[in-house]
Amino acid sequence: MAKTVAATGNEAVANALRQVNPDVSAAYPITPATDIMQRFTSFVSNGKVKTEMILVESEHSAMSACIGASAAGGRVMTVTSSQGLALMWEMLFIASGLRLPIVMPVVNRALSAPLNIHCDHSDAMGARDSGWIQLWSENGQEAYDNTIQAFLIGEHMDIRLPVMVCMDGFIISHSIERIEYLEDNEVKNFIGEFRQLNPLLDIEHPVSYGPLILPDYYMEFRKAQDEVESKVFRVVLDAAKDFEKISGRKYGLFETYRLDDAEIGLVILNSAAGTSKDVIDEFRNRGIKAGLLKPRLYRPFPYKETGEALKHLKAVCVLDRADAFGGSYGPLFIDISTSLYTYSKKPILINKIYGLGGRDYLPEHAELVLNELTEIAKTEKVKTIKEYIGVRG
Amino acid sequence: MARPLSLKEISKKEVLISSGHRMCAGCGAPTVIKMVLLASDYPIIAATATGCLEVSTCISDYTAWKIPWIHSAFENAAATISGVETMYRSLKKQGVISKEIKFVAFGGDGGTYDIGLQSLSGAVERGHDMLYICYDNQAYMNTGIQRSSATPRGADTTTMPAGSVVPGKTEPRKNLTRIMAAHDLPYAAQASPSHWMDLMKKVRKAFDIKGPKFMNILSPCNRGWRSRTDEAIMLSRLAVETCHWPLYEVEYGVTKITFKPKEKKPIVDFLKPQGRFKHLFKPENEWMIKKLQEDIDREWERLQKEASLSAP
Amino acid sequence: MKLKGWGELTPGAVILEAGNAVEFKTGSWRSFRPIWKEENCIQCLFCWLYCPDMAIKVKDGKRAEFDYDYCKGCGTCALECPGKKGQKAIVMVEEAK
Repeated sequence: MAKTVAATGNEAVANALRQVNPDVSAAYPITPATDIMQRFTSFVSNGKVKTEMILVESEHSAMSACIGASAAGGRVMTVTSSQGLALMWEMLFIASGLRLPIVMPVVNRALSAPLNIHCDHSDAMGARDSGWIQLWSENGQEAYDNTIQAFLIGEHMDIRLPVMVCMDGFIISHSIERIEYLEDNEVKNFIGEFRQLNPLLDIEHPVSYGPLILPDYYMEFRKAQDEVESKVFRVVLDAAKDFEKISGRKYGLFETYRLDDAEIGLVILNSAAGTSKDVIDEFRNRGIKAGLLKPRLYRPFPYKETGEALKHLKAVCVLDRADAFGGSYGPLFIDISTSLYTYSKKPILINKIYGLGGRDYLPEHAELVLNELTEIAKTEKVKTIKEYIGVRG
Repeated sequence: MARPLSLKEISKKEVLISSGHRMCAGCGAPTVIKMVLLASDYPIIAATATGCLEVSTCISDYTAWKIPWIHSAFENAAATISGVETMYRSLKKQGVISKEIKFVAFGGDGGTYDIGLQSLSGAVERGHDMLYICYDNQAYMNTGIQRSSATPRGADTTTMPAGSVVPGKTEPRKNLTRIMAAHDLPYAAQASPSHWMDLMKKVRKAFDIKGPKFMNILSPCNRGWRSRTDEAIMLSRLAVETCHWPLYEVEYGVTKITFKPKEKKPIVDFLKPQGRFKHLFKPENEWMIKKLQEDIDREWERLQKEASLSAP
Repeated sequence: MKLKGWGELTPGAVILEAGNAVEFKTGSWRSFRPIWKEENCIQCLFCWLYCPDMAIKVKDGKRAEFDYDYCKGCGTCALECPGKKGQKAIVMVEEAK
């Protein structure tokens, strides 16, 4: 029997991690993710989990210790945010390259400088090509559900890849919502027993992890990893199907909201999707066919399915809560454009950068964008492709 | 456990690092590793920092390691092995594993004194049951003989080459063994492959102590030291006999000098055979040799004083 | 050895065959060859212990022949050899060109 509670996003994720009950966790505090580990370590201190904690001296060591622990042979998780994720950067590629299914909730926060502890997506976007699977979550419920599914997905024998579960810092991590928890044993049965491929602790079969690979093989290993990515989509969908059976909640590669017959649409990640949906309803009430697409599996990116879902629209705005410096567009915009590239008939695309460093994303922002899209759909004319919104001139 | 340390007996054991590794001819490191592995009576799992040892012993599709082994990056051998050790403790507590296993991390001086110092300090403070071994060849040898904080004063390296203005490295070496002992860890020691019995005894002792242990082992590099390929053991012996590399241990805060040279040789005996110190013998650089000797005398004095204070 | 294709690789590049580096022979690196003179050998086994390439065989606690498949010819064994009555039990000779 599911249990309904009022909890913050961090609290929900900490509870999911308690229910998963990993063998080892290594973590270093960083706002706004600290709260997850504080809650989790209180489970450790009170014997609610079997987890052995490694309270490391940096995020670099956190990921390094997770890599050692995972290769040793067991279930491993950590949590981080912002600068912490940036400090782990080197090790992220090693975790995925060694094919270690470590799970890591990432509480999205802006990157320095200037120093800022509030929400944007610069941290996880910077790690998007590190070979980790990325699941993004609109609210505490999704963060909870994604955290549980992340273990099943990453540990799937066809995949064996690490998984990040992203949720918005403070907006979700520290806000209380209504959340449905699964029963402990439902989670336990859902994720099943963990079995590591070639564990170091199997002393009878000594294996070597992390060899030097010369040009004669490096490319083959990269190709093999690319090939694994293509298998993730099916595994994510299968996990969602199984998860629906125990939770009644539906998940896919992305969520569409009133998109089927829409003419204009927004593409937006995480918590801001919720605000946008309300505004879309208002536009619908006025007879304007607006819709929304909210990516969930952001890495690997389901280009084909996303393009297919958006191709019939007249105008689409991709809202990025991170910029990709270098005179380019936001990272999500680049992916959405790519997903539509192969279609001859496709929507006109614009890109808005919003909500950096915790700047509020308000209904009027969505309204402004939807009005602009209505105009573009009518005139087929675009003033500026990329623009910052909610910023002073 | 107290098996006598006789070579006749030890030679019957399987050496757990194989031939076919690609360390340079005459490198000190494989000998150091071999001695460490031979000294253990327990099954061992090792982590290795990026460096000469790592790239040369595990080049796909080949591994010279006959024990479970992991390399992940340069600065994190201690953090990596702490993860392995913690998983072992977790699974042991859960009853999944029952065997007694020991955990070792190997790092060069770059990966230990410099880029990996934080990771090592953290792992030691956390109290993991592991032995960290630094094979100290006194410079970044894997990337081509660059200066490290373990490089002795005066040495010529590719990033502090001896020139008309700069006489090689101008600063003294970092005293890492002391820094590690200052962590108040159960066991820290310095060893040299020339004194193999001393080295292996220390490894054995370390494995029998619970908690974090650190050993700093001198590992001559003929490419970087500009010496002959047959001199690794000879030079490590001279390092000990000149007190450039004193052999001692600090066990629960008690310092013990484990080998006292009958007659302390002058540092020039250690410097002479090495091309990296060649320029010091020019008249204008002689002051550097004097300084080097002073560094050594001071540390040897200090060490003796510390040992006498600790003496029962 | 035929190189494997990407589909045949172990996930994560993990090497499953412990100590298979013995398949890689390093003896060709050698420019000087150590020669063992058994008559001068006192069986101290220092050469066995100091050899960085595990290229000296030992049988029942007694020194046996060099393993020239792996010996890189560094000469450490010869230098460290105490020999008998001032006569070395290992000498280095230049490899025949």
